Amino acid sequence: MSLYQIFIEPWERHASAYWPILAMAFFVTAACGLVGNYLVLRRISLVGDAISHSVLPGIAIAFILTNSRSGPPMFIGALVAGVITTLIIEVLHSRTRIKQDAAIGITFSTMFAIGVILISLHGSHTDLDLDCVLFGKLDFLSSKEKIIMGLPGVALTMGMVALIVGCLIVLFYKELLVSSFDPNLAATIGISPRLVHYLLMCILSVVVVSAFTSVGAILVIAMLILPAATSYLLTDRLWVMMLFSLIHSFLSAIGGIHLAVAFKIPTAPATVVCGMIFFVAAWIFSPTHGLIRYWFRSRASVNGECIN
Amino acid sequence: MSTEDIAVPALEIHDLTVSYQKRPVLYGVDVTVPAGSLVGVVGPNGAGKSTLIKSVMELVQFSDGWVKVFGEDLKNNISRVGYVPQRESVDWDFPVSVIDVVLMGCYGRLGLIRRPGKEEKEKAHAALKKVGLEAYAKRQIANLSGGQQQRVFLARALAQESDLYLMDEPFAGVDAATESAIVELLREIRDQGKTLIVVHHDLGSAREYFDMMLLLNMRVVAFGKTEEVFTGDLLQQTYGGRLTVLSEIAEKFAKEQS
Repeated sequence: MSLYQIFIEPWERHASAYWPILAMAFFVTAACGLVGNYLVLRRISLVGDAISHSVLPGIAIAFILTNSRSGPPMFIGALVAGVITTLIIEVLHSRTRIKQDAAIGITFSTMFAIGVILISLHGSHTDLDLDCVLFGKLDFLSSKEKIIMGLPGVALTMGMVALIVGCLIVLFYKELLVSSFDPNLAATIGISPRLVHYLLMCILSVVVVSAFTSVGAILVIAMLILPAATSYLLTDRLWVMMLFSLIHSFLSAIGGIHLAVAFKIPTAPATVVCGMIFFVAAWIFSPTHGLIRYWFRSRASVNGECIN
Repeated sequence: MSTEDIAVPALEIHDLTVSYQKRPVLYGVDVTVPAGSLVGVVGPNGAGKSTLIKSVMELVQFSDGWVKVFGEDLKNNISRVGYVPQRESVDWDFPVSVIDVVLMGCYGRLGLIRRPGKEEKEKAHAALKKVGLEAYAKRQIANLSGGQQQRVFLARALAQESDLYLMDEPFAGVDAATESAIVELLREIRDQGKTLIVVHHDLGSAREYFDMMLLLNMRVVAFGKTEEVFTGDLLQQTYGGRLTVLSEIAEKFAKEQS
């Protein structure tokens, strides 16, 4: 395959097919990445994983109750399941000797198992597609959807979600900052860290629910953590970290598409792999926390000691 | 009766009992701290020193008793109270700069959504100057020594402009020079008529630093003016009499007094 076919052709000849995929991939990684900053900083990254898995029983129950695949009931079902998951983790971890990692492990695997059981009991004769739930359908985005402003409906919704998440973070930057950095201080100045935590989990559920149809429940976690983890290695300022995670999202979305074209693979995992490549690059080359920087610094200090 | 007794006490704790999973940590604590005093809270490990100030801040639930701050429930007077947590309680790799942390002291006054403005920034810089860290305002907080980190927390407390401060081990892991600078600062705050309650682990320096002392070991062993409370007998009671170093300290103190 020539470079032309990989990098130019998608945009020159098939722009109408690739543009929605790029937009969707960017909106998903951007929304996930923004929330992910707080997950990484609060050391609760795996709660995102738990919520993305517990979405499954949520949509299964919504499907059984309404017998339709329409958006709103599924959305609400998944949202409720996400919040319940957070509550169960919280209760297990605060009321028993079980630590948070084990609490997360217990909760999300059980929720996921319940989801699989429900789907196999009720969903087998319908078209609730387990593959789509697990792996997403980013590549088949434009086939059925109505096109508005050059974008399919789901991409527009995802774009709205990303925008709302961005606005909320800008509005409540101060509250999120203090409750993430020093929950005790937050509590003593009237910003309840518990309330902030649950609101953040609600936002996370909304993001995950809107994202998983395109990237699947399993890959969402990568979208949540990779942009934040990469920018965490690149800067020491929270708002810069947010900006970098957006840039990372955009670069992995576009890189993912070209990777997918080059190797004829699905776009969602290609986007994740691309995000990982950027993470490794940041790890090695970061001017503040990179391997090369550390290497030079330790060499410099060894030399310094020799002179002294 | 002195004026201190007539005035509303800064902090009143009555019959406070705290337990973790049915195991009592604090039992029937009764203390009234007059305004304008610098109080040291001392006691052995596990005596409940941190728990005491955390339960005053309602960060820990207590099973019995009540707490009044300037004669009111905490929630009515929360803006008058500043809490300085232990340095290890936060992640110093967090991507914020020194001035960002100090600005957090102003968040309580700002209310929801409003951002710190010019006035808050000036106050934060003034507070940083007080603790001698104005040159470090833009630094990331991980690039500070332990003593500097502790001073950042103190600057944040100053920016809170509280009337009552509760500090959890502000001297932990700081060098001697920083320690004396912090003591100076605490005295200065006290001289402005404010009240400070400081958890402290070093008995030797405690009696020089504080006007009043609270000897704590799950219950209040003694509370009062330092020279009255700092006796071998009471210290033995507080620490269970196992440490000979205690009696040495008390003896030395008694000699100096005579």
